Amino acid sequence: MFDWVHPSFVLILGALLIPAFAGRWRQAYLLLLPAAALAVTLSVPHGTFGTFQVLGMDLTVGRVDALSLVFAYVFGVMLVIGTIYALHLEEALQHVAAFIYAGSALGVVFAGDLITLYVFWEAMAFSSVLLIWCRRDPASWGAGWRYVLVHAAGGVVLLAGIVLYYNETNSIQFGAIQNVGPAFYLILIGFMINAAVPPLHAWLTDAYPEATVTGAIFLSALTTKTAVYTLIRGYPGTEMLVWFGAVMAIYGVVYAVLANDIRRLLAYHIISQVGYMVAGVGMGTAIALNGSASHAFTHILYKGLLFMGAGAVIHMTGRSKLTELGGLYRWMPITFLLYMVGAFSISAFPLFSGFVSKTMVVEAAAVDGRAGIWLMLSLASAGTFLHTGLKLPYFTFMGKDSGLRPREAPLNMLVAMGLAAFLCVFIGVYPDWLYALMPTEVHYQAYTAGHVLWELQLLLFTGVGFFVLLKHVGGESKISIDTDWIYRRPLPALVRLLISAARSMQTMVSARALRHMEQFLNRVFHFHGPDSILARSWSTGTTVLWVVLLLMLYLLFYYF
Amino acid sequence: MTVGRFLEIMVENRRTLRRVTYVVLALIVLLDVLIPTGYGRFPWDGIGGFGAVYGFVSSVLIIVVSKALGYALLYRSENYYDD
Repeated sequence: MFDWVHPSFVLILGALLIPAFAGRWRQAYLLLLPAAALAVTLSVPHGTFGTFQVLGMDLTVGRVDALSLVFAYVFGVMLVIGTIYALHLEEALQHVAAFIYAGSALGVVFAGDLITLYVFWEAMAFSSVLLIWCRRDPASWGAGWRYVLVHAAGGVVLLAGIVLYYNETNSIQFGAIQNVGPAFYLILIGFMINAAVPPLHAWLTDAYPEATVTGAIFLSALTTKTAVYTLIRGYPGTEMLVWFGAVMAIYGVVYAVLANDIRRLLAYHIISQVGYMVAGVGMGTAIALNGSASHAFTHILYKGLLFMGAGAVIHMTGRSKLTELGGLYRWMPITFLLYMVGAFSISAFPLFSGFVSKTMVVEAAAVDGRAGIWLMLSLASAGTFLHTGLKLPYFTFMGKDSGLRPREAPLNMLVAMGLAAFLCVFIGVYPDWLYALMPTEVHYQAYTAGHVLWELQLLLFTGVGFFVLLKHVGGESKISIDTDWIYRRPLPALVRLLISAARSMQTMVSARALRHMEQFLNRVFHFHGPDSILARSWSTGTTVLWVVLLLMLYLLFYYF
Repeated sequence: MTVGRFLEIMVENRRTLRRVTYVVLALIVLLDVLIPTGYGRFPWDGIGGFGAVYGFVSSVLIIVVSKALGYALLYRSENYYDD
């Protein structure tokens, strides 16, 4: 009967029991739950499970193949790591939200049809926003609302696309989406919003820096990478994604130059890194899709590590701006070194995980002879090291001493970061372990003299550029406006304008109505007022005269 | 605090470290000139040291262009959205 247990089922139902435990028992339960989900994920065989019919549509909650498992494995691993990092939290709500969120992400990854996908897609948005609101300050309250509204709008677009798609194709299966007109683009836009493709990306960089320290770890891992999975599954070889991806890779880098908040800087680099994956999806060749999937895998681990490092700094110092940090290497040396493992990984230094995945996407561009894309992705590589590997750590841990004297991060945080760091190095050293998980067989050799020398030159001389311009690269006490400006400034202003226009219209209309009513009353008054013709009091003589006249008329009628 | 001590030693010897870095930089470019990559897909494949030039130019370009965009267009005061 139970030939397959859905990992989402374990996580979501298990999450609801978290408040039933307390203290040490809860911590044990918190560790047990993702471990169980990971064990379930590791043990599922390939195949299709949980198929049933609703309203004549065939739904499949469990489609298990190599591609879905790549994402499910890394989600499971990151959930374990993130839970260790968050183990000190006593607030049950955040744990519950994180597990439901991760369970929903797994639900999307295993969804065999678009309806199941949509249900889990929405569940992700509404569970994840709690990880932002739980920070409980006005900034996260506002950012959370914007986050959830953008995702709600995206969900509507996705749903509209799914309905149209079902109408056109009479199939609800989730495979490569056929180009049947508007449905194709609506579903694509729905996916691109969650993949944070500019100009639809600002929800991410607006909200992630305002999330709780521990919540940001799950946020950075799940939403965008789930979207990358759906793009790989639904839109391989969609040419325009190549350009969207390459522009994305650079877009994130440009904004990272301007960022002062350390987690906003990292959030912009999520966009930059997801750009490589989106570009890989667009190229659509076997090496490109493997590159996208493997880059998603390594990205979740190193980006989680970077967010954990930045989170540890915020947790211990209460500060998040580069202009207010500096010189922490003496006080948080382990955090610093573990952060640097993540930084070398995202920058694709040889022997670190990013090198074996990012270069695969770049190589895919080279194989296709896409010179422009190749140069753009290489430029973005330089930018990644420039900010995540140099600017952020230099102005946080080195640089001018800020006078802060924090203690080292708590043990559970260091253990979580240590695990992620270990995996980053392990994958960098043994790429074949990662390649074996890929959806199709990988014929790619990361460690060639050409790749290693190219990457080392690119990165080290980026470093030269950084130190030459050191005076100009630090954070500034400013914020930079992005596309969220549209719905934070002009749109609310427009709404306010419409409201005040409606108000003045209302006063105008009611003034006019009042005037008409007054005129009407005046007219009534004219005939019926105290001195008007119909209400004038008559003298007794006149009345008697009228009465006599009437009586005489009466008499005349009587006689004839 | 052994990790902290290690970092402090590194910082104390930053001059030496810097010199070592210069040597490493030069060595890598030299290696790139000497070892043929075997690629001929792009016009720049086979130009020794192209990666170094591209890395340096990229980083300077990214900083200069982004900062220019920031000052001209994107930067706002920190309480811009609060009013």
